[in-house]
Amino acid sequence: MLSLNYYLALSALIFAIGVMGVIIRRNLIIIMMSIELMLNAVNLAFVALARSHGSMDGQTIVVFVMAVAAAEAVVGLAIVITVFRQRQTLDPQEMQLLKG
Amino acid sequence: MNAELITFYILATLLIVSSLSVIFQRNPIYSALSLVAALFFVAVLFLTLQAPMLAILQILIYAGAIMVIFLFVIMLLNPDAREPRRFLWWGFGSLAAGILALELIALVIPRGAKVWSGGGAVGPDFGSPKKLAESLFTDFMLPFEVASVLLLVALIGIVVLAKREA
Amino acid sequence: MVDLMIIGAKVALVLFMVLNLAGIMGWVERKGSALIQDRIGANRASVFGFAGLGLVNTLLADPIKFLTKEDFIPPRGDRLLHTLAPCLALFPALVTFAVIPFGDVLIIGERTINLQVANINVGILYLFAFGSLGVYGIVIGAWASNNKFSLLGGIRGSAQMISYEIPLGLSIMGILMIYQTLEPQQIVRGQGALLWGWLPAWGIVLQPVAFFLFFTAAVAEAKRIPFDLPEGESELAAGFHTEYSGGKFLMFFTAEFAEMVTAAALITTLFFGGWQVPYLMGDGFHFPWGSTLPLPHLTVVVLQVAAFITKVFFFSWLFILLRWTVPRFRYDQVMRLGWKMLLPLSLVNLVVTAVVIVVWDF
Repeated sequence: MLSLNYYLALSALIFAIGVMGVIIRRNLIIIMMSIELMLNAVNLAFVALARSHGSMDGQTIVVFVMAVAAAEAVVGLAIVITVFRQRQTLDPQEMQLLKG
Repeated sequence: MNAELITFYILATLLIVSSLSVIFQRNPIYSALSLVAALFFVAVLFLTLQAPMLAILQILIYAGAIMVIFLFVIMLLNPDAREPRRFLWWGFGSLAAGILALELIALVIPRGAKVWSGGGAVGPDFGSPKKLAESLFTDFMLPFEVASVLLLVALIGIVVLAKREA
Repeated sequence: MVDLMIIGAKVALVLFMVLNLAGIMGWVERKGSALIQDRIGANRASVFGFAGLGLVNTLLADPIKFLTKEDFIPPRGDRLLHTLAPCLALFPALVTFAVIPFGDVLIIGERTINLQVANINVGILYLFAFGSLGVYGIVIGAWASNNKFSLLGGIRGSAQMISYEIPLGLSIMGILMIYQTLEPQQIVRGQGALLWGWLPAWGIVLQPVAFFLFFTAAVAEAKRIPFDLPEGESELAAGFHTEYSGGKFLMFFTAEFAEMVTAAALITTLFFGGWQVPYLMGDGFHFPWGSTLPLPHLTVVVLQVAAFITKVFFFSWLFILLRWTVPRFRYDQVMRLGWKMLLPLSLVNLVVTAVVIVVWDF
């Protein structure tokens, strides 16, 4: 059995990659995918900790994360579709009508 | 080097490469496919952590449903793949992500060593559907109901959002 | 070592069975359509005009014809994804068979061999998880072709398959509640019981509504007529595989028939007793009127495997019969059927089953 540290370090790396994607990309769909990546990194940490503590709680929370991720993804994509219909772009920098 | 460690390193390398591919591909379709691959490797990592049910759910929900919707939207909008690349911003993003990764790793590693309770302490049916359901329908009953309401709200919300004004 | 060899043999056997059944179904479809439309059908690939060998010849001639054709990649398309798509289509169709039991245990000397490639405790969910990946082949293939008809087919396919996965999954919840397991082998064993001493407790008897829902959704998932909107040759050329030829088209073609065989095997496993033969126990027939017919173990196993293959054949034939009997739906009709008919019906079926189980303590 591997030490927990391996999994937590991997989870931290994947989370950081997700954050990087959110910062550097200017395409809403890819930004949402980066968010999915971060959620998965957290899921990995939850499952690793559940295994380490010998408790099912961590795994149960992952089910909720998945439910929230599904809701977030579909609502986000619906917003993306609506915005694209209005402005013909996916660049978040272009969406600043409220900026006066 | 035992077999478990080698498996972990292979999976970790594949996961990191596919995750980097998600954020560096120019074409959103390739990004989405890289993300599907990354989700697969996460599912296999779940298997190594004795969570077979979650591994299957991961494939069923993420790869089978959420990512198909992503692909559907990408194909529907067919957006222009070109986007401006500003090197200052890229440098800042990489730096921020690097610092975050270092801090997180520095944070978890000593803690991880402390909470580590030794392997093999769990039964063979750990992570089975039965165990997961027991936990879900006893300790987490209220969050479960709230999650179902959340999904219903999301369902109604997207119909309202995506439907064209008649 | 011997265990590994047994597993290897089982994998080889199942792959052999699925691929050959898929090939045979390709031939049966041609002959069956000819029969239904009152014409002769595929009779060119015969040795000295001996049509009885048509099956063998078609099995050989088909791949040879496909593999020697030009493998065309659209110049403005995506080379890598165009090649990847047929593999993604074939992969789920082949791996899902791993958890379907094709027989009970086979006992040779000291060794007990479970006639199922992989016995995992989330078997049914594994089937659905990998079955749900079948849509990628269509979507990626459609997009990589850079053809508007392909793209339309791909978009239709992704929406249709996502929609019908929901009734597909919900309709078998009743089965899972009745047999109280997620393992296909346990579900099949549970169907060996007898109701009132004479009626086999097959899924179709206990969950008749679920069977019709599941069958409809399975036809839609396998993209067969009346649900072949992603292909729709009268409106979209050939839909998602318009730009495919040669070996890659052969892979799509095989995937379609393999999916059909898998769907038939799944229907057999969940609703028609899998390898169960009515009244056949481990040591022979026990008829409800009291008489018994003892049989040696090997005969029983052979009978069970033969029963499974016969049932799978029957349902594959039903798919073909359906294709040449009914016309194609319109797209809005497909969506309406899925969301406004199948989904509410499967929910009602689920609730009624749950109430019955609780009230009568089934």
